[in-house]
Amino acid sequence: MTLQLILSLTSGIIISGIAAYLGTLMLSKRMSVVAGPLAHLAFPGVAIAILCGFDLALGVFPFVLLGAIFIWLLERKTKLPMENLSAVIFATGVGSSLLFLPIAEAEEALVGNIMQISSIETIMITILGIIVFFSTQKIYKNIILINIHEDLVKVDKKNIDLYNLVYLLAVAVVVALGVYLVGGLITAALIAIPAGASRNISSSLFQYKLWAVIFGILGTVMGIIFSLIFNLSAGPLIIVSGAIIFLLSLFFQK
Amino acid sequence: MVLALNVPKISNNRKQSMNKLLEVKNLKVILDHEVIHDKLSFSIKEGEMLTILGPNGAGKSVLLKVLLGLLPYDKGKIIWHKKPRIGYLPQNLNRLAVKNLPLTVEDFFKLKDIVYSHQEITNSLQSVGLENTILKKPIHILSGGQFQRMLISWVLISKPNMLFLDEATAGIDIGGDENIYSLIDTLRLQSPLTVVMVTHDIHVVYAHSDTVLCLKRKSHACFGKPKTILTPQLLEKIFGMEVKFYEHQ
Repeated sequence: MTLQLILSLTSGIIISGIAAYLGTLMLSKRMSVVAGPLAHLAFPGVAIAILCGFDLALGVFPFVLLGAIFIWLLERKTKLPMENLSAVIFATGVGSSLLFLPIAEAEEALVGNIMQISSIETIMITILGIIVFFSTQKIYKNIILINIHEDLVKVDKKNIDLYNLVYLLAVAVVVALGVYLVGGLITAALIAIPAGASRNISSSLFQYKLWAVIFGILGTVMGIIFSLIFNLSAGPLIIVSGAIIFLLSLFFQK
Repeated sequence: MVLALNVPKISNNRKQSMNKLLEVKNLKVILDHEVIHDKLSFSIKEGEMLTILGPNGAGKSVLLKVLLGLLPYDKGKIIWHKKPRIGYLPQNLNRLAVKNLPLTVEDFFKLKDIVYSHQEITNSLQSVGLENTILKKPIHILSGGQFQRMLISWVLISKPNMLFLDEATAGIDIGGDENIYSLIDTLRLQSPLTVVMVTHDIHVVYAHSDTVLCLKRKSHACFGKPKTILTPQLLEKIFGMEVKFYEHQ
């Protein structure tokens, strides 16, 4: 096994595992779809990074994080539903990037570059992955309660806005990492598919979280192996593998 | 509106302390530039069951949230004479959100900050008349009555001495709601528990409350013992329609 393959598998496993874990929470909030628009916000960042010759991360992270904070502020200041805010963010991301994005050079941003990931990037992904995992674990119970009724959490003098902000920032980091793995077009699938498949077969919260992470990682490992066998892009193959797992989960529904 | 009032003999030996737990003086609440409550004064004694009665839009839930510190108030005073351990069951819990997750009854108890043992959860469920076999069941298959009992048990496991219930029986069939109120009566006999309950069900007030605070839109209409103050004329004034009732002895 080459060093590059080890780096690709390590990064892929971390990103897909975290995305699946957070995805279980997003499904419960009916927010799986929000990851898509956020990922598209990466495109203006990608355009700037390519035009200015920066590393992709320097373009992607600020835009996606700012997008998450922007959604958080809009959600507090307006009475608009998340669905509408997502559409606004989506259009802003795609519209502004189409003005500048050199499409021919943007393949990396569209379908990911996990097979060429560097050691430095793998270290960065590992550190961010650990931070997001523990942050998500910390807010998990309360986000579920907020979703059932905000007052169940407010009555204990807890700051709902802070929980929602940490949650959205975790989503933003996972989405930005997802751009490395499968590209901005299909990042949402990394979050939505494993959680959906796991929901189909699980009958407790523990099973739900565990199977989602297993399915996320399995899809990614399958995608990377298929990419080596068929010499195709890993990003789309990871998503196709995830979709196959989802289809199989339908036969074991609980 | 015709109401059949079944007034059971509530135990006379229910020991009520005469100590005031909460006092509200000249409360004014403005929400979205609209005056919801003005010059509202009442008090709650330890061990008492106070019902907040009124039609839709009278600000019952708003008042509950103000007492709990979840909403601000503009004038007046809310004085707690003792620091209570509060248990609160809000109105309209999002059952759909529960359905989106494969959440068992046991999982739901694990969402609390404090970790309770299997035995503690079982005891709490049994105190509301639920078998421990329900622990591994997904929440979304529970009936309305079972779901509501489980919620009350979820609130009671923290051993509150002050319970706030907002329309605790909404969505439960007739009969099922009576069970919930009888259950609360039983729990009050077992341990010192002060209860503030929001309802628009007049029957509940007569059958289960020590005192009633009736609210009308933008004003309060009465505060006192239900049998003394709730006359058909007053009910008509509160609900804005003729209210007839029969009291079964």
